[in-house]
Amino acid sequence: MLNTLVAVCSAYALFLFAVAFAAERAALRGQATWLRSPMVYTLSLSIYCTAWTFYGAVGSAVRSGFEYLTIYLGPSLVLVGWWWILRKLVRIGRSQRITSVADLISSRYGKSNLLAVGVTILAVVGTTPYIALQLQSVTLSFEVFGVGDLATGEEKGHTALWVAAGLALFTVIFGTRNLDANERHNGVVMAIALEAIVKLAALLAVGVFVVWGLSGGVSGALDKIDASPLGHWEIDGGRWAGLMMLSAAAFLCLPRIFQVLVVENDNETHLRTASWAFPLYLGLMSLFVVPIAVIGLEMLPEGSNPDLFVLTVPLSQGRDGLAVLSFLGGFSSATSMVIVAAIALSTMVSNHVVMPLWLRFAGGGAKVSGDVRHVVLLARRLSIIGVVMLGYLYYRLSGGGAALASIGLVSFAGVAQVLPAMLGGIFWRGASRLGALTGLTLGFGCWGYTLFLPSFGPGAVLPEAWLLDGAFGLHWLRPHALFGIGGMDPLLHAVFWSLALNTGGFVLASLASFPQPLERLQGAQFVNVFEHSTGPRSWAGRVAPTEDLMVMAQRILGARDARLLFEREAQRQGLRGGLPAPTPDFLETLERELAGSVGAATAHAMVGQIVGGASVSVEDLMAVADETAQMMEYSARLEAQSQELARTAAQLREANAKLTRLSVQKDAFLSQISHELRTPMTSIRAFSEILRDTTGLSAPEQSKYASIIHDEAIRLTRLLDDLLDLSVLENGQVNLNLREGLLSEVLDRAVAAAAADEHGARLRIDRDPAAERIWLNTDLDRLSQVFINLVANARKYCDAAQPALDIRVRTGEEVVIDFIDNGTGISSEAQDVIFEKFSRVSDQKAGGAGLGLAICRQIMTRLGGEIAYLPGQGGGAFRVILPANIAMAAQ
Amino acid sequence: MSEAGPPRRGKPPVFLERQSYRRRRVIDAARVLPFIGMLLWLVPLLWAEEGAAAVRSSSAILYLFGVWALLVLGAVVLSSRLAAQGRYGAETGGEGG
Amino acid sequence: MLKRVMLIEDEPNIIEAISFILSREGLAVDTHSDGTTANDRLRACRPDLLILDVMLPGKSGYDILRELREDADTAELPVLMLTARGQSRDREMAERAGVSAFMTKPFSNAEMLATVRTLVAGGV
Repeated sequence: MLNTLVAVCSAYALFLFAVAFAAERAALRGQATWLRSPMVYTLSLSIYCTAWTFYGAVGSAVRSGFEYLTIYLGPSLVLVGWWWILRKLVRIGRSQRITSVADLISSRYGKSNLLAVGVTILAVVGTTPYIALQLQSVTLSFEVFGVGDLATGEEKGHTALWVAAGLALFTVIFGTRNLDANERHNGVVMAIALEAIVKLAALLAVGVFVVWGLSGGVSGALDKIDASPLGHWEIDGGRWAGLMMLSAAAFLCLPRIFQVLVVENDNETHLRTASWAFPLYLGLMSLFVVPIAVIGLEMLPEGSNPDLFVLTVPLSQGRDGLAVLSFLGGFSSATSMVIVAAIALSTMVSNHVVMPLWLRFAGGGAKVSGDVRHVVLLARRLSIIGVVMLGYLYYRLSGGGAALASIGLVSFAGVAQVLPAMLGGIFWRGASRLGALTGLTLGFGCWGYTLFLPSFGPGAVLPEAWLLDGAFGLHWLRPHALFGIGGMDPLLHAVFWSLALNTGGFVLASLASFPQPLERLQGAQFVNVFEHSTGPRSWAGRVAPTEDLMVMAQRILGARDARLLFEREAQRQGLRGGLPAPTPDFLETLERELAGSVGAATAHAMVGQIVGGASVSVEDLMAVADETAQMMEYSARLEAQSQELARTAAQLREANAKLTRLSVQKDAFLSQISHELRTPMTSIRAFSEILRDTTGLSAPEQSKYASIIHDEAIRLTRLLDDLLDLSVLENGQVNLNLREGLLSEVLDRAVAAAAADEHGARLRIDRDPAAERIWLNTDLDRLSQVFINLVANARKYCDAAQPALDIRVRTGEEVVIDFIDNGTGISSEAQDVIFEKFSRVSDQKAGGAGLGLAICRQIMTRLGGEIAYLPGQGGGAFRVILPANIAMAAQ
Repeated sequence: MSEAGPPRRGKPPVFLERQSYRRRRVIDAARVLPFIGMLLWLVPLLWAEEGAAAVRSSSAILYLFGVWALLVLGAVVLSSRLAAQGRYGAETGGEGG
Repeated sequence: MLKRVMLIEDEPNIIEAISFILSREGLAVDTHSDGTTANDRLRACRPDLLILDVMLPGKSGYDILRELREDADTAELPVLMLTARGQSRDREMAERAGVSAFMTKPFSNAEMLATVRTLVAGGV
């Protein structure tokens, strides 16, 4: 019998290999359309039903009545409610090219490898016992057929080892054909779809045999049930509701379910079919559980293992063929689970643990070259073997038996810890990496302490005292009565506290932290996945995430420029405030702007990445963006430095030019003084010699020459006075003669004096008497001297046909008096030097020595005000500014 | 990057054409269906477990699997309606969040 | 024949003084006070001697002198230059420009007269 079984089993395994191989070949030849039918997808989901449910459901029904149903009800509800969560998960998985649960969490929270490693560890810890459970069930079922033939633990171990090795081989061959974990494993999917049919058929066959063969039809079976120990409804309400929710949560989080549900999905519409077909499958799987349990209880001897009723009931009736079919069903359940779990876990382990380590230690950094492909494949294959062997080791070390029986729900509770981070990640943009990390850590820790570690039994891992009195004798830390709340079912207790702490920590830490740009970008992509990604058929009507474009643009253009660009575009679209709509025009503009920084191809890829499908990973682009930003920052710094250098050089040149001008002027100073002194002296000397040497001069001549001498002497004196005045002013030895007076009167005097002094062309002077009524307390004579100079200068140098001078007075904090004439003004080079000594605007000998403005400036400095040339007024323009205290003091 | 960002598509029209309207109601139904299922499957919590009023297991099986069948039927109808009404996951109120 | 002296100078009082001195010596004096038109005026008058100030409005005495030396008609004309800036550099510039005699203001009337006489007589 056992040999037959081994032969059948081997033939079945070979058949599976052949099917998987054929499916791969068909897919390669492009004939795989039938491989991608929604039914195959639905059937592949059946890896949810493992040996634990295939055999264990009946055992559970015997022990706890209808409770076994909850394990199926939860996932049914999740599938029926596909519109809420699964639709979104699948879309995210496709658009982000997610490879595993760990990748989903990591990707959502800013590609955090720490999170990925955390989820991977959680998954491995939660799944390894589960794999051990599968190996145990296969071994047990072998045992059933070979009672007495093999009894020793060694033999049991061999069976498990052979099974494990075979599974590892199959998984390595068909699970690592493609490097891209996101591509479908056609052979694997086909094989597990076939196994799904086998296990359903097996269970249904046993069920039909039990109901119609042993109970006499439906009504007979129902009567038998009512008459059995399971005769009336009896359930723990808390466990009924709690397990329903737990199984729903686990369905979403189990790595192997995620693998077939999201990663292997290649058409979203398949989900629509699965939404009813999978609940139907689950319903059929659980339909005959109670009848089988009841018949088993009735027909088999007391003390039979109810977990094996599915096998032992047909065997006891001599239906060996049915029993073998049933065995194959259980075998299928176990193997398909192990295969998919190994693929899922190996993807996580190799992507998030092995590869990062290899890249770090193998040298050469992350420069992916050809040979990395082999490293990835090797890592994945070794991970598969490692995961399966870990399950085997766990089975051997735990010794099988009762300790494993409860591991299913324990494992569920463990992987369910991913749920808050997962749901928060796809529905709440505020969910942050820190939140996910906090929640997972709290939940994982709490689960380990209250459920996982105690599940090994008292004293196995946790000291017995801890179970009774809490860790370190802290009563409120009792693993089964945290915070003193005892009396709960241990499983519910653990699920409640771990998920409560997990969710609480997740929400609080998310609220308190501030996510990185990549996190925010990913958050937007995940939460708004239906706006960001395109459906399978609709490329029109896509909505690009302007905010994400903004985030991207900011990284490349800098925050300010990006904001300006977006504001400008919004304005052009006629939107008041806010962000521009992602019209094709806008996208083109943005792309062009980005292209200026990163090149056209990259810019196009970046915009395409956010707007459309994913051909390049966001991480790559962000890395590019970061590098570009750094380079741009660096070059901007260089540019700033060179600009500063250029500015300094310009200032130096300017200063140098001014020094040169001043030095030239200083050279000219002596010759200027000489000239100014010698000119009047020439006249004086010449005429005095004429008067002395010439005889017979007429009286009018004598008088004329004498007065010339006199005038020139006065001119000489005045020149010397000016020089002295300037010298005194410059040396600060002047005494100010402070008096009060009206500005208008000072101006009156100055205008009159300037008119008397000169005899040039008539100068029209425009004044504003009202504005000039300001009381001043200052040295009025000195101020008048300044005004006289300015008016006289206008009179001398204004070259307009009808010269006019406009005197404007403005009072604010200071009194500002502008003298603006209508001439050509002063050239910009000359403006720098007009206040220097002996600088004349033109070569015209207008009578002055070029000291006037120098004296004016000295006076104004003395008075606490200033005088400056006002460029750009059309004519010559000077501004005199009197400090506020001069005016205020007298008001 | 706030949650309440500016409206992306302008003001949506108040009245939709008949087809879009029907499609939205089908989506509504698809959303409600799992909650109906959950409520119905939680009803057993109210059942008496002791004495003469205790619910017999055969009735429980009929009820639970009856609900199951109804849910599957409902899901079949809704998914076929969604399929018939064209594009899946399109823009019209498709967002569940 | 009456010798003609042309005086180009912009200070009215100095013009008056020099005119007075030279007139008494029996020379005909033409005066001009603008630099830019000086050379035109010179060609028109054809004087026997030019007395030239350095600092003139419009054009400096050196420039007038250089132009005048390039013109064949006036290349040999004796020129007495007056300057108020009496530095050695000024004298060098004047000599390079081709001056016949150079005097610094203020000058002695007698000295001036002597120089003019020598120049008008046709030698230095």
